[in-house]
Amino acid sequence: MTCCFAKFARLAIAVASVVLTSGRALAQEGYFVTYSHQMEEPGNLEIAVKSLTASPEGANAFVANALEFEYGAKTWWSSEVYLDGQSTSGESTLFTGFRWENRFRPLLREHWINPVLYVEFEDINSADKALLEVVGHDTRDAFLERNDRHEKKREAELKLILSTNVKGWNISENVIAEKNLAGEPWEFGYALGVSRPLALLVSSSQCTFCRENLSAGAEMYGGLGDRHSFGLHETSHYLAPIVAWRVPGGPTFKFSPGFGLNDKSQPLLLRFGVSYEISQIASKLRRR
Amino acid sequence: MVRRLNLATLVFFTVLPTFAVSIEVGDGRWQRKVPEAARLRINPMADAPDAIAAGAKLFQQNCASCHGKRAEGILRHPDLRTDRIKNATPGELEWLLKNGSMKNGMPSWSRLPEPQRWQLVTFLKSLN
Repeated sequence: MTCCFAKFARLAIAVASVVLTSGRALAQEGYFVTYSHQMEEPGNLEIAVKSLTASPEGANAFVANALEFEYGAKTWWSSEVYLDGQSTSGESTLFTGFRWENRFRPLLREHWINPVLYVEFEDINSADKALLEVVGHDTRDAFLERNDRHEKKREAELKLILSTNVKGWNISENVIAEKNLAGEPWEFGYALGVSRPLALLVSSSQCTFCRENLSAGAEMYGGLGDRHSFGLHETSHYLAPIVAWRVPGGPTFKFSPGFGLNDKSQPLLLRFGVSYEISQIASKLRRR
Repeated sequence: MVRRLNLATLVFFTVLPTFAVSIEVGDGRWQRKVPEAARLRINPMADAPDAIAAGAKLFQQNCASCHGKRAEGILRHPDLRTDRIKNATPGELEWLLKNGSMKNGMPSWSRLPEPQRWQLVTFLKSLN
């Protein structure tokens, strides 16, 4: 027992010292819901928190958090684990489940449109409100679920990610298919995103609040029904502008207010995100 | 039966993309693959007064963790102060930054806007 504890303590100290002393790469730009073809650089670990807060009518206000660990296994393969949890006013704080996702880039060069294949398994409480995607007939009623709901959802999710970088702009389209493994029909959804840094050239001087460290964009996402009722009927849709600020040598902060586009959508969602990238973590741990 | 089908679905969709990837993984030798038009491109930032300093900043932010702070290379990540970089045309280097050499572990830097990639090229050429 003492031996195991000592090993664990040594590993924890090694990890902490790598995190505290490592050279930091700039965290990836991006969206909250939409994926681009940007993969994590091989050997880098990105740690991010994505939070969503809303105050639905007829239910308690909540903050849902997704803690993300994204590792670049290869130039063409990124793997991510999400740990989800949420706090609901007047109810409780709870861990709602986990997601494991893998993204594969089949074409190893830059093209006009770059496809990425995405595979995810998730095991979450149906009360989870992190809303990392909208599929099927997900509507604002989902926000009425109480934290004490214990129905487990085990789902497989597939995405086809198509993405283009052109003249400083990123334009991304995601087609989503999700299946509850308990025998529910396939559900479908979409996400679209555009973003651009505010400056295409960097200055030679070090700066924190300058345009090259800021990017702006917007994403739109929503459900497309399921296998039996494909289409826009009884589906929710959101439009969300996004701003991101990269602190040189530090974390990236993101903020996005999301606006519901129809009466099935929650009128306002607020998202916050912080991400931090540790470069070449595996080789640094090996060297220690 | 349902559980077996679900497992089969999961395995199918995990294996399929992995197989698709393995088809392309044999790519390599980036310099021979640069199209002639890309090879001959002229660096618009070559004479910009602060392009080397700006490129150095980009290098420290994005490249130094693998290639070293002085581009000397770390472990299997190559030294960039070699004849190969010295003799490469600016167009070839910009093409490499945009496309990467993914089989060899060099990612695509297409997320950097093209003017920033040219700033990086200006810096890389100044190393030699």
